[in-house]
Amino acid sequence: MGKNVLKRIDLIFKHEDDCHEVLQKTLKRSDDELINELIGSGLKGRGGAGFPTGLKWKLTREAQGDVKYVICNADEGEPGTFKDREILATVPYKVLTGMAVCGKIIGATNGYIYLRGEYRYLVKDLEAEINKFHKICDEVGLNFRIKIFLGYGAYICGEESALFESMEGKRGEPRNKPPFPTEFGYMGKPTVINNVETLAHTWTIFKYGAKKFRDLGVQDSRGSKLFSISGDTPIPGIYELELGMTVEEFVEDFGDGDTKAVQVGGASGFCVPRKKFRDIAIGYQGKLTGISLPTGGSMMLFNSSRSMYNVLHNYLEFFAEESCGQCTPCRVGTQQLLQGIKAVKRGEKPAAYLDKLLSLSETMKATAKCGLGQSVANSFQSIVENFREEMIY
Amino acid sequence: MSNTVNLTINGFDVSVPKGTTVLEAAELLGIKIPVLCFHKDLCIAGNCRVCVVEQVGSKKLVAACATPVHEGMEILTNSLLVRNSRKHMIELLLSEHNADCTKCYRNGNCELQDLASEYKITNQDFIDLAVSRAYTIDAFSPSILKDDSRCIRCQRCVRTCDELQSVGALAVAHKGDHMKISTFFNKPISEVVCTNCGQCVIHCPTGALIERNYIEEVWTAIADPTKHVVVQTAPAVRIGLGEELGLSPGERVTGKMIAALRRLGFNSVLDTDFTADLTILEEGTELLHRLEKVLVEKDEKYKLPMTTSCSPGWVKFFEHIYPDMLDHMSTCKSPQQMFGALAKTYYAKKIGVDPENIVSVSIMPCTAKKFEANRPEMRDSGYKDVDYVLTTRELAIMIKQAGIEFADLPEEKYDSIMGKSSGAGVIFGTTGGVMEAALRTAYEIVTGREVPFENLNITPVRGLEGVKEAKIKIEGCKPEWKFLEGVELKCAVAHTLANARKVMDLVKSGKADYHFIEVMACPGGCLGGGGQPIPTTPEIRQKRMQAIYEEDMSLPIRKSHENPEVQQLYKEFLGEPYGHLSHKLLHTEYVERQRY
Ligand SMILES: Cc1cc2nc3c(=O)[nH]c(=O)nc-3n(C[C@H](O)[C@H](O)[C@H](O)COP(=O)(O)O)c2cc1C
Ligand code: SF4
Repeated sequence: MGKNVLKRIDLIFKHEDDCHEVLQKTLKRSDDELINELIGSGLKGRGGAGFPTGLKWKLTREAQGDVKYVICNADEGEPGTFKDREILATVPYKVLTGMAVCGKIIGATNGYIYLRGEYRYLVKDLEAEINKFHKICDEVGLNFRIKIFLGYGAYICGEESALFESMEGKRGEPRNKPPFPTEFGYMGKPTVINNVETLAHTWTIFKYGAKKFRDLGVQDSRGSKLFSISGDTPIPGIYELELGMTVEEFVEDFGDGDTKAVQVGGASGFCVPRKKFRDIAIGYQGKLTGISLPTGGSMMLFNSSRSMYNVLHNYLEFFAEESCGQCTPCRVGTQQLLQGIKAVKRGEKPAAYLDKLLSLSETMKATAKCGLGQSVANSFQSIVENFREEMIY
Repeated sequence: MSNTVNLTINGFDVSVPKGTTVLEAAELLGIKIPVLCFHKDLCIAGNCRVCVVEQVGSKKLVAACATPVHEGMEILTNSLLVRNSRKHMIELLLSEHNADCTKCYRNGNCELQDLASEYKITNQDFIDLAVSRAYTIDAFSPSILKDDSRCIRCQRCVRTCDELQSVGALAVAHKGDHMKISTFFNKPISEVVCTNCGQCVIHCPTGALIERNYIEEVWTAIADPTKHVVVQTAPAVRIGLGEELGLSPGERVTGKMIAALRRLGFNSVLDTDFTADLTILEEGTELLHRLEKVLVEKDEKYKLPMTTSCSPGWVKFFEHIYPDMLDHMSTCKSPQQMFGALAKTYYAKKIGVDPENIVSVSIMPCTAKKFEANRPEMRDSGYKDVDYVLTTRELAIMIKQAGIEFADLPEEKYDSIMGKSSGAGVIFGTTGGVMEAALRTAYEIVTGREVPFENLNITPVRGLEGVKEAKIKIEGCKPEWKFLEGVELKCAVAHTLANARKVMDLVKSGKADYHFIEVMACPGGCLGGGGQPIPTTPEIRQKRMQAIYEEDMSLPIRKSHENPEVQQLYKEFLGEPYGHLSHKLLHTEYVERQRY
């Protein structure tokens, strides 16, 4: 506990007051050079899916379209995640710069920040920052404007295509894919959508070069990452750490000495039980096994006083409520999982019913229309399989 | 780059044009992939996930309806994984659904039930989610009932109401486990912008949206010896009814239908086509009258273009969306209501029955007609002009209940009087038909000559295109119509309310100079009406349309004004078209309604 085995990184929140120079210097470089820098850095999306950022920009740049958009996803709805808010509150100019450079590369003159409804209090300061930034754009001769779009608090609106629908004034329901946003995004135009943190990392890469970023992390999990750490820990908060650590290392630093499980990646992530701490690393493809980090770095620690049944119950209630409700496996599946574990716990269904639910969750993973329904299986399976007796007794 | 894509489905090679979906490609190979939220009339939703198939190499299954093919794709539509997943989908839908099928109006014609049967879902392990919800049926509308407990949230109705009809009365509300199909502020559908067109009903795969049926009321009337039950049948019923009774789409069953109605016990079996002909005389005269008022007298009280008023879904839509333009609408009642008003006046006198004892029933391809019959304006005979409106489907139910072997029935003829019609009356059942019928008559009234089209077939207004236009130059007028000499009559024909809105928005913004506009609320016109057999698809509509034009060609009289019974009606009773008694019985007025 509190051993400080893990190196604390200080890139994202480091205050730097050379926005003007960074933007000017970056804009002087060719688009190809910038994209190669980004690809070379190994940066992957920090919003959950982990798509290579450089490739996303490249594809959007190559897509046909008279109008294109850059969107910053600041919907931050995953339970246990609270780092994007901090970035926007302390170093917003890094995000704005990332958006502007992206706009220049792909050929977009308009950017939007889709801000979670609950973050309304940030709007005033953020708008002031945006106005300041617009002046810088004008000074360096870049035609780029950023607007804030306020969400209304639905988790699903963080899913990129639902987010576009929401911005277009429609119900926030995910679209069929393909086509992907790089071709058909906001208003049907090619769109880059990136998480707040992803954009903030591009600042580091453009300012200091890909190597500085790439030197951190392991294998295909490069760079540092913000972790929102909560639960049974003496030191909750936001920490910037290198990718590639094992859960064991993480628990040594952040656990309270009695850690029974760590939920990696929020409700849509995986539950790692104590016996597997050593085997599992945090990254896109871990050092030892292959666990991916499905969302933006939420780490919830649970000690032995916690009932994993309650934890799962809580997640399932969240999903049953936050599913957009359009597709069968997710809308009905989440309800069946929730009612199912309740029925098993009450003894109304036999313990073997858990197996039917596990197989249902597998179907949901394979058939749901979007990431929400697909990822319910992550927490469901990892909790039920590792804590089966807690589900029954 | 080649525009053809090669792929395999279940190991069979198929080449299809780029942009084809997996579902369409499979269809070409004769492989059926089950669907629920998919309907050929509507945009793709991909939300029921029943059509998921395996794409070799991908861990996720893909929705066949929403996935475009790509080169080298390998699709499996019946692998173990697919079958298990599909079964899960059906089980999940059933678990959320009021699966008490024997108590459902759609029992026997339900796409979910069919799937459950096909996949032999015999042990439902999942927890019944429907019981714990306090569902109530919205039963306030005289046309449409909405039962959320039967809803599978496929959103076909929402897409229908929005895309086909541009009405937007139905929408998705709430999310997650509370997600449901709702209306503005969750009001009953009778209190919102719903036009009662019933397109949602024929697009609903289950029993969540159904017509309000009046079958028992009609049986009771038939059984009452003191009542004389008069039945009228709309043009499009005779080309749809067969589908509900085991015949193929496009079969004309006029004679058998009449025989069946007699065997059901109706006392007089008459034809709405008769009043369709009458409508032409009234509406045609009204149009000529308006043309004179506007073109010659410059009387601002009269408005052009004049729009038809025989589609009650369209009428209500107009009242909601264009309340400030109501004087563009022809004042003619629909043929159904003209018939009703005459049944309890002229016809009652003719057969010597007290109108009090006449029960007037109509068989319609339409659910909006149920609402129309209940409008307070529709009592000009001194009674409720039309007592009960049954859809084509309800008639089929009655025929089955009566144990009638429909296919074996002889061909019979309508009773007289009010049973005779012209081919012009028949084509009221298709988009463009009212326009064509009106032109056949109006042109002849004005010029003394037949319309200049081969066989009287005015082809520019025919077909399934959403908006059609036609221009006819009027030449060689009779002296009393001199003011029309050289006028080019401009007409537009629209079907579906979304297309109607397009045309009317042009009119409203002054960008269109039509004289006459025909609108039918449903795709294809009445032949695709909300009361027609389920399923109704683009191909089926095409076949029904063909049947209507065949029926037109088969009749000896093709022009409304030559219908001898209509001539007799004017001579004996009404006097002249658009005259005093016509105004009392055959014309109506409209009310302004709210936008929501
Ligand atoms: C249900 C759901 C919710 C999501 N919420 C967020 C969110 O709040 N913020 C975010 O950045 N990405 C969220 N995502 C991921 C986005 O769809 C998208 O992948 C991401 O914004 C891409 O940015 P990145 O490549 O920079 O990660 C969510 C995805 C799903 C399926
Ligand atoms: S998976 Fe869930 S959230 Fe995603 S589209 Fe389906 S119902 Fe909506």
